[in-house]
Formats: sequence, structure tokens, C-alpha cells
Amino acid sequence: MKISRLLKTIFMIDFVTGLLIAIKETFKTKKTINYPFEKGSLGTRSRGEHALRRYPNGEERCIACKLCEAVCPAQAITIESKERNDGSRKTIRYDIDMLKCIYCGLCEESCPVDAIVQGPNFEFATESREELYYTKEKLLENGDRWENILAANIKADSSHR
Amino acid sequence: MDSYFSILFTEVYKILFLLVPVLVSVAMIVWLDRRVWAFVQKRRGPNVVGPFGLFQSLADALKYIFKEIIIPASSNKLVFVLAPVVTMTLALISWAVIPFGEDFVLADINVGILYLFAVSSLGVYGIIMGGWASNSKYPFLGAIRSAAQMVSYEVSIGVIIINVLLCVGSLNLSDIVKAQQNLWFVIPLFPMFVIYFISALAETNRPPFDLPEAEAELVAGYQTEYSGMMYAMFWLGEYANILLMCALGSILFLGGWLSPLDIFPFNAIPGPFWLIFKILFLFILFALVKATVPRYRYDQLMKLGWKIFLPFSLFYVVLTSSFLIYFDLLPGK
Repeated sequence: MKISRLLKTIFMIDFVTGLLIAIKETFKTKKTINYPFEKGSLGTRSRGEHALRRYPNGEERCIACKLCEAVCPAQAITIESKERNDGSRKTIRYDIDMLKCIYCGLCEESCPVDAIVQGPNFEFATESREELYYTKEKLLENGDRWENILAANIKADSSHR
Repeated sequence: MDSYFSILFTEVYKILFLLVPVLVSVAMIVWLDRRVWAFVQKRRGPNVVGPFGLFQSLADALKYIFKEIIIPASSNKLVFVLAPVVTMTLALISWAVIPFGEDFVLADINVGILYLFAVSSLGVYGIIMGGWASNSKYPFLGAIRSAAQMVSYEVSIGVIIINVLLCVGSLNLSDIVKAQQNLWFVIPLFPMFVIYFISALAETNRPPFDLPEAEAELVAGYQTEYSGMMYAMFWLGEYANILLMCALGSILFLGGWLSPLDIFPFNAIPGPFWLIFKILFLFILFALVKATVPRYRYDQLMKLGWKIFLPFSLFYVVLTSSFLIYFDLLPGK
């Protein structure tokens, strides 16, 4: 062992240098945010809670083609359809089991009418499992609530589709 | 009979007066530890519960109390339950002899340092019992490691204490502090202070010597099978031990309750506060080391303890005693 190396070990130079760096870092600005009070930015393609969208006139977009049900790798989506009085095909049941869902975004990708989308909301923890079996009403309500952001996200992403 | 009860009540009152602040400060010290660790890594650390997150440990404790205590079916149930109790009891009874100021000590026994040393040697039993009674691989490996580690570093701490005792001539902790009236032992015995600090890290299973609970290898070491309040008792005992080691360090080397300079602005602050400042200083150093230094390998740990610290502190014992005899400075003469 070299003498200088030995002296360094005896006087713990490396250790003291490390400690000084640690003390210096302590006073620098923090890299993390105060999460529940401050939020980080989300990309336009972030895949959060699902929503069913409507047309501006209030008509549901979903045409019950069941592509999402077919593509869903976790088989979390259940759809039942029926012909409405005006002759259009609409869903009478659209359930997503949010506990099965793996948030892969394939339903959103497969949808021909941009009806089912994944919104920016990722804070929908509940206290019971039952609350996470989403029904059509819940999904439509989500769509109404987040419509502005959802539309903006789809528009921002449209050039890449 | 009456006098018997009155003595009992005053003693219980005194013990509570000591233990409640110790337990509260253990909770605060856990918060401080996490906070310092976070600050070094440029994170924020716990800052939501209460002002600056001060009540985080309280919230954690509540959580532990309400969690289920799981006792593994194949464990030795009596020993399994006893282990955390032993750890915490041993960590707390050591505080009886720590002097917080002149005549401000629960039990002013004349072999205080031996008592402390004996109790901290027993501390390893809690861990061995926990690891063995769990009847599972990881806890057992963790317990074996911890036993070997604590026993090794106990030896070098013992030799370091001999150095201090040579300069004092008494085993009483208050006498040790009083002997530092003119010069804190950290100055003449500085290398011993450094070795004491590192040995204390190893003795309390703190990083970089946290091999008994090395997450990457042993899940949580001897605590793996524990849950709920029993886990919390291990955790309380561990931090009470860390605090105790800091207290012992400040008493042996940093002049306990004495102020650094015996002039006005310093000696106006009462002694116990000085001791608390010194404990906090040492503890922040503990936390900084945890945040800075990577974990030792097991053979490196053993090599450091037996091949470097022990011979060096033995050499220093010879050096100190030769110095004291040559300059005729032996205490009690």
C-alpha cells in the first residue's frame, strides 16, 4: 500500500470529505415536491382513471363495437348492447373492473370514436373493493367532469395517431 | 409500611420522570433521523403530520398499535414474545445511571460505567432470542451476524472505556464528567473518540454496519417475522440504544453536562441542556453517516473490529498509562 493511501485511510480523509459533501447538499434546494399539496405535471398521454365521453350535443360516443372488450388483456371490461328505438346501437352496460385493469391504454387506442379514454386523474383510491367496480354511469360522469382536459389531450395527441 | 409506600411512590415518580422524556425523545429522534437522511438526499422527509412533521413518529406508533401481532405457527412462542420486551427493557434500564447534571441522576451508583457495559452486553440477547425464536432462515442469519458483530465491538468499546477510566480513576459516571472540568477527554483521547463513535455505530447496528438487517440480503434480519407493536418495540429499543450510545459518548468524551467554556453566556445554560445539545450533535453525526457511507461487507466489519480497533485501542491504553505515569498525572494520587 502506498504511504499516501495509508495516511488517507488513517485520517479517514475520504470519509470526512463525504461527510462534508453531505452537509453541503443538506442546504441545497429540494428536488422533490410537497406531493399532496403540490402536484407534478402530467403528460397528455398519461393513463389514469377511465372515462366515457359524449358528443357536444350530449349523445354518448360509444357505439358498443366491443373492440375494447376484445382487446383488453386483463379482461376487465364487460359490455352489453341493445338497439335503441332510433335504430342506433348503444350500450346498456359498460363495466370496468378497476382492480383487474392494468392501465395499458389499449382500450383507448382501439376505440374508433374516442369514447373510452384514460384521463389525468390517478387519485381515485377507495376504502372498499366495491367502489372500484365502475359502471357506465360512473364512467360517463367521469367523462363529463374531465371533458375539457380529455378533449385537449386528444387534440394535442391527434397529429401522432 | 407507610414509609415503604412513600419510598416506592417517589421512586416510581422519579422513574416515570426519566422514562417518559426518554421515550418521547426516542420518537423525536426517529423523526430527526429520517429528516436528516432526507435532507442529505435533497428530499423533504416527513413534513405533513404536525409542525414540520414532528408528530410523524406518533402517527407511526398509533399505526403499529392498531396492527395485528402475528406469531408464526412454528415459532417458539414464549421466546418470540419475550425478545422485543427484553430488547426494550434493556435499552431503557441503562438510562438509570446517566447523569443529566450535578446530582441529577436516578441511580448514582459507584460502578455506573460497569453497569452500563453489562446491560449493553445483554442487549444482544434480545436480538438472538428474536432471531432464533422466529424459526426462519433470514431472522436466524441476521441474529447470528448481529451477535458476532455486537460482541466484537463490545470488546473495543471496553478497551476505549479503560482509556477514559485511566484518566478519571473512578467508575462513577458523575465523577467521569467532573474529571473533565478543565479539559474534555475528546482532546487528549481524540483517536479513541473516533473509534468509540465507529464502534457505537456497529454496536447499535446502525448503517454502515447494519448487517443484521441488511435489506438486500436478509429482508429485515431478526425483525422479519415481527409485526405490529412487537416490531415497534424492537424499533424503540434500537433507537433508545442509539440515544444511549450518544449520551455515553458525550459523558465519556464531550464533558457531559459541562459547558464548553466556563464563562458567562455558556454557563448560564443549565447542565441538562448541554448534555442534550451534545447528544443531539452526536446523533446528527450518526444520521449523516447513515446517509453518506455504504454498507460494510461482513469480513471487512470483522477485520475492522478485531484487527484494527482492538490492537489500536490496546496500544492507546499503554500510551495513556505510560503518559500518566511518566508525568505523574495519575488520578487519586
